Amino acid sequence: MTAQLLVPSDIVERAVPSRRRTVPTRTSASSVVAFAILAVLALGWLLPFVWAVVTSLKTETDAGSTPVSWFPESGFTIVAYLKVLGEGNLLTWTANSLFTTVAITVITVVVSALAAYAFSRIDFSGRRWIFVLVIASIIIPPQVLIIPLFYQMLALNLVDTYWGIILPQVIAPAMVFVLKKFFDQIPIELEDAARMDGASRLRIFWLIVVPLSRPILAAVSIFVFIGAWNNFLWPFIVTNNSLLMTLPVGLQTVKSAYGVQYAENMAMAILAALPLIVVFLIFQRQIIKGIATTGLGGQ
Amino acid sequence: MTEVVAPPRAEVSVQTIANAAPRMPRSRRRENTVGWAFLAPFAVVFVLFLVTPLAWGFYLSFTGQSLTGAGGGLVGFANYSEALGDPDMWRSMGNTLWFTVLSTVPLVLVALAMAVLVNLGLPGQWIWRLAFFMPYLLASSVVSLFWVWLYNPQLGLVNALTGLFGATPVAWLQDTDWAMIAIVVTTVWWTVGFNFLLYLAALQNIPEQQYEAAALDGAGKWRQLFSITIPQLAPTTMLIVILQVLASLKVFDQVYQMTGGGPGGATRSTVEYIFEVGFTGYRFGYSSAISYIFFAIIVIVSIAQFVFRKGARS
Repeated sequence: MTAQLLVPSDIVERAVPSRRRTVPTRTSASSVVAFAILAVLALGWLLPFVWAVVTSLKTETDAGSTPVSWFPESGFTIVAYLKVLGEGNLLTWTANSLFTTVAITVITVVVSALAAYAFSRIDFSGRRWIFVLVIASIIIPPQVLIIPLFYQMLALNLVDTYWGIILPQVIAPAMVFVLKKFFDQIPIELEDAARMDGASRLRIFWLIVVPLSRPILAAVSIFVFIGAWNNFLWPFIVTNNSLLMTLPVGLQTVKSAYGVQYAENMAMAILAALPLIVVFLIFQRQIIKGIATTGLGGQ
Repeated sequence: MTEVVAPPRAEVSVQTIANAAPRMPRSRRRENTVGWAFLAPFAVVFVLFLVTPLAWGFYLSFTGQSLTGAGGGLVGFANYSEALGDPDMWRSMGNTLWFTVLSTVPLVLVALAMAVLVNLGLPGQWIWRLAFFMPYLLASSVVSLFWVWLYNPQLGLVNALTGLFGATPVAWLQDTDWAMIAIVVTTVWWTVGFNFLLYLAALQNIPEQQYEAAALDGAGKWRQLFSITIPQLAPTTMLIVILQVLASLKVFDQVYQMTGGGPGGATRSTVEYIFEVGFTGYRFGYSSAISYIFFAIIVIVSIAQFVFRKGARS
């Protein structure tokens, strides 16, 4: 239902940081105040990151000593990072996250795009009510399904496997809706002409629809990727083997395992946060656009 | 999106469209085959991992099923009547509702304030966006590690900062009065960036002329904010409130990771209770029943907002 609330694409275009907006020509007292408020807010929002970085660069002794200090007595050191990379399963978890997230993203986008194309263009019987069913399923909270899904995974022998993590996460009815809306806008004449020339539906889809839909496919991919990369509840339930855990699940176990290793905990958290932040810095525009395009449909 | 109108690579002649053949029964059958072929991959995962567990969970809610497989027999409505008389279930519902109220208000207002301020066009555009949105990209376990450390009673930065103003240290996550508020603060920090982006997109869509006209009429910046910006944002605000309520009702990750529902159940949410009953208490049947009560509430809230929006529009 919330998927009906999609913003028109022109709004989305404008969500991207725009270069047209320029600095106000005159510096009034009120803009100084506004700037100050913004600066304080931004500092507050960055502080947890900065504090985590500072803590991760301390020795455990310094991190665990009072009073709280920004400049440790024995200086800054990367020993916590070396220890975390050398001893823990961090790299394994990262690899697991990368593999499962890429698999989830690829499968979700492919099956959703094919289904959306069928709903948008192919006049098969039952199309209408099946589409209604898919849209209605957006309302189902995944949290409600954890018990029977876990049971199902036990029955299918998929507990503690990659497929057990991946398969229940590839259903994205909201993304089917978003993609169908987009395909609906593509002029049908382009495809009709190709059909007259004898091209198959799959060929048309691949050679005409997919190239025209690159922006929306990218947006959906980004949204699915971020969601899957950070998903906690399902991977947490379906994995017990530490070597199969994804990053968010594995990270959750270190708190108890390492106890009071504050610097190491922060080093782990920073390293775990890094991949997505780097990806964000590189693709900032596309990600903001992607969130604004598909975010409303995806919630 | 301008990309859409770009000519496709396939060579097609526009004239042929006019000669499109009328639909034949045979082509109709073909459409069925092709349509289902396109739908098949999605349909398979949809039925296997959404419809099946949904139905199975409903069935389980009428059984005494445990994780070990014992007690799988039908028990009628026993699980549901037990849930309705279960003080822990009601407490978790109350906590969830309280969390939803406490988190939705700042998640809307702070996001609005951020978006309005950033939209003024002051220098440093990318750093504001980065600062406010970056936490949204973090996994819940990273957020929890950060904030459990910040809230540490002896070594945490939060107590060090409040101490500067003479406040006595608080054990934020272990204190019944503060634990929920601490989790709300963390949640606002973590997810406000999403609402901020939605507001920013909506703000940039308000026609500049409206402000120019108001300025000519002598309206100051504050006046413009309240008589143009906020009314123009009303649909966006409604949307954000709805999405936020639905998201907050499903809270689990940060609560489970930061307090484990404690102290003494003061922060245990409904989803966490479902999880605990199922995976700690091994009572799958009972857990499914609570899941379905929770599901019913989500459906009611969703339908209510849908009707409400329909009413507001007409």
